[in-house]
Amino acid sequence: MELNQLTIHELKEKLKEGKTTSVEITESVFKRIEDVEDKVHSFITLMKDSAFDEAEKADKAIREENNIGLLTGIPVAVKDLLCTKGVKTTCGSHILENFVPPYDATVVKKLKEAGAVIVGKTNMDEFAMGSSTETSYFGITKNPWDLGKIPGGSSGGSAAAVVADECIASIGSDTGGSIRQPAALCGVVGLKPTYGRVSRFGLVAFASSLDQIGPFSKDVEDCATMMNVIAGYDPNESTSVSADVPDYTRYISKDIEGWTVGIPREYFIEGIDSEVLDAVEGAIEEVKRMGGKTVEISLPHTEYCVATYYVIAPSEASSNLARYDGVRYGFRSQDGRDLLDMYKTSRSAGFGAEVKRRIMIGTHALSSGYYDAYYKKASQVRALIRNDFDEAFKRCDVILTPATPTPAFNIGEKMDDPLQMYLCDIFTLSANLAGIPGISIPCGYTNSGLPIGLQLLAKHFEEGKLIQMASAYEKSSKIEKRRPDL
Amino acid sequence: MEYEPVIGLEVHAQLLTKTKIFCGCSAKFGSAPNNNTCPICLGMPGVLPVMNKKVVEYTIKMAVATHCRINKNNNFARKNYFYPDLPKGYQISQYAYPLAEGGYVDVEINGAKKRIGITRIHMEEDAGKLIHDENNPSSYVDLNRAGVPLIEIVSEPDMRSPEEGIGYLRRLHEILVYLEICDGNMEEGSFRCDANISLRPKGEDEFGIRTELKNMNSFRNVQRALQYEIKRQQYVLESGGKVIQETRLWDDSQGVTHSMRGKEEAHDYRYFPDPDLVPLMISEEWIKEVEKTLPELPLRKRERFVREYGIPPYDAGVLTASRDLADFYEKTVKYSGKPKIASNWIMGDVLGYLKEDKKEIKDSPVTPEALGDVINLIEDGTISGKIAKEVFEEVWKTGKDPKKVIEEKGLVQITDAGALETAIEEVLKSSPAQLEQYKQGKEKLFGYFVGQVMKATKGKANPKLVNEILRKKLSE
Repeated sequence: MELNQLTIHELKEKLKEGKTTSVEITESVFKRIEDVEDKVHSFITLMKDSAFDEAEKADKAIREENNIGLLTGIPVAVKDLLCTKGVKTTCGSHILENFVPPYDATVVKKLKEAGAVIVGKTNMDEFAMGSSTETSYFGITKNPWDLGKIPGGSSGGSAAAVVADECIASIGSDTGGSIRQPAALCGVVGLKPTYGRVSRFGLVAFASSLDQIGPFSKDVEDCATMMNVIAGYDPNESTSVSADVPDYTRYISKDIEGWTVGIPREYFIEGIDSEVLDAVEGAIEEVKRMGGKTVEISLPHTEYCVATYYVIAPSEASSNLARYDGVRYGFRSQDGRDLLDMYKTSRSAGFGAEVKRRIMIGTHALSSGYYDAYYKKASQVRALIRNDFDEAFKRCDVILTPATPTPAFNIGEKMDDPLQMYLCDIFTLSANLAGIPGISIPCGYTNSGLPIGLQLLAKHFEEGKLIQMASAYEKSSKIEKRRPDL
Repeated sequence: MEYEPVIGLEVHAQLLTKTKIFCGCSAKFGSAPNNNTCPICLGMPGVLPVMNKKVVEYTIKMAVATHCRINKNNNFARKNYFYPDLPKGYQISQYAYPLAEGGYVDVEINGAKKRIGITRIHMEEDAGKLIHDENNPSSYVDLNRAGVPLIEIVSEPDMRSPEEGIGYLRRLHEILVYLEICDGNMEEGSFRCDANISLRPKGEDEFGIRTELKNMNSFRNVQRALQYEIKRQQYVLESGGKVIQETRLWDDSQGVTHSMRGKEEAHDYRYFPDPDLVPLMISEEWIKEVEKTLPELPLRKRERFVREYGIPPYDAGVLTASRDLADFYEKTVKYSGKPKIASNWIMGDVLGYLKEDKKEIKDSPVTPEALGDVINLIEDGTISGKIAKEVFEEVWKTGKDPKKVIEEKGLVQITDAGALETAIEEVLKSSPAQLEQYKQGKEKLFGYFVGQVMKATKGKANPKLVNEILRKKLSE
């Protein structure tokens, strides 16, 4: 196997034993990028020069056995909405095409401190608004399993880069499923942590009360390692939580004997692809074989999740995106005749259709006379949704659902039908609304060879439980490890 | 018809914290443009606000000082609008849950006390500043002020005249400065006032349609703008028209208000709770702790001065205009033991000299100790009141010890009766004509002789003694 195909823990072993170097690993990653990037297009910006500098630094650290971090020498990719000092951060948007942040996001800082080699900035739906990575100003990312299909979104680039072996692991963000849905459609592990667990400082905001940063990885153990690096309190963020961060790798290779797994009936609805349903039902059987009990539960307000989400997220976005006004940074249209006209022309030309649609929805939902009917009502329903989970977790340790209703769909298939696109996240939105953690792990393939994802949800700050069950399932189910043929 | 004005005032006060409300940048005024900025107050993508606790503490101080009810559960909201001095496209403010509500201040207008209600006090961030250059088609943005903490103090529509409005403003100003939470500088914009004003027929309960006045950067301008607006609205109403609800800008040079924007163009600020800030809980203990740090407030101090020092209320009012002045007075009294004399000196000489030199009391070259010495030296007869003025002036100019000034200039009063007698005899001898007239009954000339003695002794003669001896000599 090539070095770029290995996991973090496998590479760390090799590095430790002196069987390879970070420069060699980084070379194999960039060779792979050279070979497949034209087809897949996972990246917006590659950081080859700084990556090799970091790799050399990592090798020196390993040689001198000095200052070795959890990711020393490991090539990772970062979604292009995390600010990187001195490196373009576009958010997949024309309006930030040439924006170079003067500071590093907390998570980027943590990756660097852990010794990671940052390969580049991955492609994404514009401002993370989308489920297919098709709304990026910088072109579509293709699903490595079938280049005619989408990789999911909005963190499509981060998911594709991992499964295409263009990096070892990556960072994405999840506002309504933007980690878990592409992880499912690309066949990798993707975790959305509890709201407040990972610092949002330096994450270009889409919907502040829903956004959360998390990792993509090739297996569950790597997911735990990535979490060890990025989780923790950040004094720069008021909504950051100071609860203790466990060593997540402690939850690897443990069983789930005696656990109760909740199966919410509202998540097994008509319209789910039959192959997806089969794979998920297979996983439920596997849980029983693993010594777990299953129990049917109800999350009665599930049917309101999409509506609630599509009021709250656009409302917050309409305000978060107000700063892109052409005044101080980013794109400014030269057509403006006066101040108001400069705003209008810059924003009209700078934002894509989906972003404009959501700004319009959000502006409307917050406007006087409509606030109570939309934003306020949605906030109230959100509390009910959160309460559904509180009640459900009194009866079970984790909740198991399909991650997506269908496998990856065709490029262009849903671009003209926003409602169909919004329904792609029907199983993932609720975790963001409730603030709870969720993980998506591979649970099989369709006949045509597309990956299928299983979603596990747990109580606030119980990422450890998700990792424990995902790891146990990964071992027990023996889902065949395949690689996309590129 | 006789109309009655109804006035409500909105005051924005910049808080004197070292750093801004949501980041660690300096909140100082007057730095080079955009020097006091960081990614957070510049509204860069990805940044997040973290609340400065001092801002809350200062706001609690103001809330307690104005008898407000403090909400235990506070949150912040976003006020959304586009303007180049607002880098995030929204201002973080408080909306549904302000820190304080339902307070008041007592104001004295022409000797009568009036209570003005305070609707609410809330915290928010200031915006930056635009700098326009007439010779250049583009404008400049200075974001040093962006994120400087403000409190907005909204009054009830309780004022019925510009004088009441100014009285209320001065009271708020005084309290803020006393609490040392705002420097109160109106020209630099650290104390700003907008006014809502409407007219109604006298005796009517219902309010008329109001206008909002902005751009008044001194107490005088607030008063002039209100006076102008009363006349303007009265003219509109009397000529059968209707007042339009709108924002009007005060034009200082022309002494008029101009329409800025009408209601139809009014912003919809789309307030909603800021998801980047968690609700702020204010405990009873915290309020109590802050309460303990509150200084004696002006009204209370005024009453105490009258009671304790026996000075007239007018004096007490002048002397408590600032904490520094009141402290200066109390120290002077402590050194001299003469409250009324100390008051006269401070209100007359000290404040006079300060005004002339454009100085603040804390920069006075004459210390309370020195002034106390001067008073004591008069009292024990070392110098006369007249010489004291000379001594004071010298101390003011040089900062020297009053005793040293007296010694150096030889200003010690002549109280030696023999010496004075000789001086008086000389004067009488050299003015035979006046002496003759006096003896024929022109007693007014007594003052002339005193003057001559003073002149001869260079003002150092003890006036009481001079009078006594002179009277004796003249009746001989």
